[in-house]
Amino acid sequence: MHEMAITENILNIALEKAEGADARRIVKVNLVIGKLTGVVEECVGFYFDFMSRDTIAEKAVLNITMVPTRVKCRVCGADFALGEYDWTCPGCGGSSIEIISGKELFVESIEVE
Amino acid sequence: MEIKVLRNILGANEQLANKNRELLDSNGVFTVNVMSSPGAGKTSLILQTIKRLKGELRIGVIEGDVSSSLDAEAVGKEGVPVIQINTDGGCHLDANMLQNALANMPLADIDLLFIENVGNLICPADFVLGEHKKVVVASVPEGHDKPYKYPRMFNEADAVLMNKIDLLPYLDFNREEFYRAIKAIKGSAEIIELACTTGQGVEDWLDWLTAQMKK
Repeated sequence: MHEMAITENILNIALEKAEGADARRIVKVNLVIGKLTGVVEECVGFYFDFMSRDTIAEKAVLNITMVPTRVKCRVCGADFALGEYDWTCPGCGGSSIEIISGKELFVESIEVE
Repeated sequence: MEIKVLRNILGANEQLANKNRELLDSNGVFTVNVMSSPGAGKTSLILQTIKRLKGELRIGVIEGDVSSSLDAEAVGKEGVPVIQINTDGGCHLDANMLQNALANMPLADIDLLFIENVGNLICPADFVLGEHKKVVVASVPEGHDKPYKYPRMFNEADAVLMNKIDLLPYLDFNREEFYRAIKAIKGSAEIIELACTTGQGVEDWLDWLTAQMKK
């Protein structure tokens, strides 16, 4: 459900930027979303189509780059993908990790006419 | 034409959260955001804390629920100021909802404020409210694998409260696995074992909480 709040923010940011540039139409919105945020791509698309009706963003393409979750071992510094049921470092067996990607949630750019 | 934006999608929420934090700080209100899945024991934790600390601290509670005011009524019986936020289907509290609730709270008369978030281990992790500390209640019947399934939430926790330990003898809960997962994803999080309904371990929680308030 938090996709609705997130989509509303995406639309607001895109409209504000487009209006600032005197654009007639938003053609594409480029988003970067980390896996760890739990945001479901399809839901954002669904809400966006609905919310953007009668705005200059209507029919704009949502281009979402999903960022996988990667972590860094705090012991040896190796970076690796977060496994499902084992967070031990494959390099040194260390058991303390730091999240280095996967929390992203931003509008990268918009394409306008 | 492409226009660079590079703007955090939840930036507006974060700005409001900063305002909430300023308001709380200016009134000297220490605020704890309590998160968990439904039924893990958030309300029981708050009730136990009120019972034990009522004489020493002035406590207030903001209850977040999809619907109903059952929790607010339970907390209200303790004679502390309480405000219910109903999200009407929304899965989390956000900084705007908190701002509205704070406007109706007697902040000058409160030392410690609990925000009981909507029971959910996903969405609340993405929305800062302006709180000082985040605690995650993870109850034993939910299983030891929850940190693996909801790493984002456990990564946000300043303390993880392992609740309902009185049920450990009846369940297949691997304490070692649970600790290992939390130590990995959030090494600095304090893990506190307790049973809010029997009162076991609640002292440890109160010690941690009051130490955070003094910092």
